[in-house]
Amino acid sequence: MEATFNSIIAAAAPLIIASMGETITEKSGVINLSLEGSIRLSAMTAFAVAFWVGHALVGFVAAALVGAAIAAIIAYSSIGLKLNQIAVGFVLTLLAIDLASFLGDSFVGERGPRVPPLPIPFLSDIPFFGKVFFDQDLVVYFSFLTIAATWWFFYRTRPGLNIQGIGERPAAAFARGVNVNKLRFWYTVLGGAMVGIAGAAYSLDVKLGWRETLTLNLGWIALAMVIFGGWHPLRVALGAYMFGALQVLAFQLQDVFPGVSQVLPVAPFPLMILALVFVYSDWFSKLGDRFPRMRNLLGSEAPAGLGQVFERE
Amino acid sequence: MTRSLRLTATAVGFVAALVFGILLLIAIGAPPFEALGLIVEGSVGSLSKLSVTLLAWSPLILAAAGLVVTFAAGLWNIGVEGQVIVGAIAASWVARSIPGPVWAVVPATIVAGAIGGALWALLAGVLKTHGHVHEIFGGLGLDFVAAGFATYLVIGPWKRAGVASTSGTDIFREEAWMPEFEAFGVSWPVLPVLLGVASVIVVWLLLRGTLFGLKLKAVGSNTYSSYLRGIPTNRYLLGAFAIGGALAGVAGTVQVTAFHHKLVPAISGGYGFLAILVVLLAGFSAVAIAPIAFFFVAISVGSTQLDLRLGIDSAFGGVLQGVIVLFVLLAGGWAAKYGSNTLTPRKEP
Repeated sequence: MEATFNSIIAAAAPLIIASMGETITEKSGVINLSLEGSIRLSAMTAFAVAFWVGHALVGFVAAALVGAAIAAIIAYSSIGLKLNQIAVGFVLTLLAIDLASFLGDSFVGERGPRVPPLPIPFLSDIPFFGKVFFDQDLVVYFSFLTIAATWWFFYRTRPGLNIQGIGERPAAAFARGVNVNKLRFWYTVLGGAMVGIAGAAYSLDVKLGWRETLTLNLGWIALAMVIFGGWHPLRVALGAYMFGALQVLAFQLQDVFPGVSQVLPVAPFPLMILALVFVYSDWFSKLGDRFPRMRNLLGSEAPAGLGQVFERE
Repeated sequence: MTRSLRLTATAVGFVAALVFGILLLIAIGAPPFEALGLIVEGSVGSLSKLSVTLLAWSPLILAAAGLVVTFAAGLWNIGVEGQVIVGAIAASWVARSIPGPVWAVVPATIVAGAIGGALWALLAGVLKTHGHVHEIFGGLGLDFVAAGFATYLVIGPWKRAGVASTSGTDIFREEAWMPEFEAFGVSWPVLPVLLGVASVIVVWLLLRGTLFGLKLKAVGSNTYSSYLRGIPTNRYLLGAFAIGGALAGVAGTVQVTAFHHKLVPAISGGYGFLAILVVLLAGFSAVAIAPIAFFFVAISVGSTQLDLRLGIDSAFGGVLQGVIVLFVLLAGGWAAKYGSNTLTPRKEP
């Protein structure tokens, strides 16, 4: 039981990091649709660089740069050039996927460095919880940090209040003296860097190695997770852990029902649709009225300025 | 932005993309001009290769024509890939189960493909209009479901006698194949090309010359104000989904009855997503998709030669296509920002 929960927490780590990054980006009002491509290209880059250098950490840095660079293209083209974010994001998705296949061709099947396990002394000795949460590695601890930090940032700091301002009402934030477009650019880049780190987490930690199917379309899942989570870091994290639990469960079911492996890669997607229908259902949207104190957590509305270009009049 | 400025920007984007491609080939140690030459030779280098390229061109323009309709309604029909697949599955079902002569079975497969694609698109549409699920996620989810369903059919209920293999179902009987026409010693995909060209013309007429098209574009540019003006917006959105899906479904039919002559797991050939790139590059215009789709499909068909002859991963073709669209979009953005002083509103969904 401990081992199962331990592997759920570990399996969900890249998804957590990617969806926290995208939550920050979207909260500021920009959609980075390229996640599927960004994750693949950064997973490939991380593996290639770590393979050359022989050290996993360098791979993570390279992956963060790739994710940040793709995000910067989207931010610049939408903020600076007023191009459609979805269009540029979609083109970059396909481009990055093909680029990863093209450049990564020679790395398929190679073995590279990996992130070593790092049980935290004393904490990992706590019965049950120690084994589940603190007998992990640095990537997993980083995923915990991203949840806590994103939540703290949004709801307990002044810049966090500003990020909600530029995402919800850019004109009002601008009138208060916030440089909307500059902040949007840098939050998009920051989110992209986190997506890149998530990619590296696949090729250097969770799955090890590089192949085209390595990341299992989880970029799309991360994008859906942000919507399912109603742009609230804790609910996004809850979704990601539920997804991780299903992944681990499905993997264990493989022994019982051999046919499952064919359905496995597809199964998340009908679930994704149902989950989105659920959070937009009348019943769920009225929950916020019933528990007014938890409205932040229960709301499903996108930031009002999401995807729209802000121009000062 | 003036027309000449837009053309200049497009040309600059193309050239920059080509330079990027050449640099990329040099970077991996491949001979760049030999590789590009192979792409040209492998797609239009001989009559038989031209015939193959035209056969691949047809489903691409069918899917792209459908996307022009959904884009006109302001919809991001990323579900197009799944609509191609379900069209292919529906056509395969007819081809496998309905007996009869060619003149009856082939039209039946086309109709079945159109219905299959339209229904799959309507599913994404209803999820949007009644479930508030954005069409990108609804459509994308349904893409993967369709792909999984095709794989399931190929290795499950429709598997070849004795062997369950992902290489495909049994070959259809010849009455279900789209007829080919021999000329100059090569068989030409006349029917698929006619279907593709017809779809472009119909979509152009629909958006240019009908009240439906006019109202659809109104819904696309401002759904809420169209609603206030009394247009039943949901019905128009679903109509756009159905038309787009039907054309994508016919593209799927072409894939099974004219190209593979059987159902295979990756039946769409990625043409749905590629069609989105084509339409973005075409600036959402129905007329421009035909030449652009030909150029793109030539890259796709030609780059398979890279793998065979130079050992370069054929994903290079996809990289080149993506870079072309990205650079042309960026160049257009630069031209609009720095090139002209007049602020002309640009049309985008």
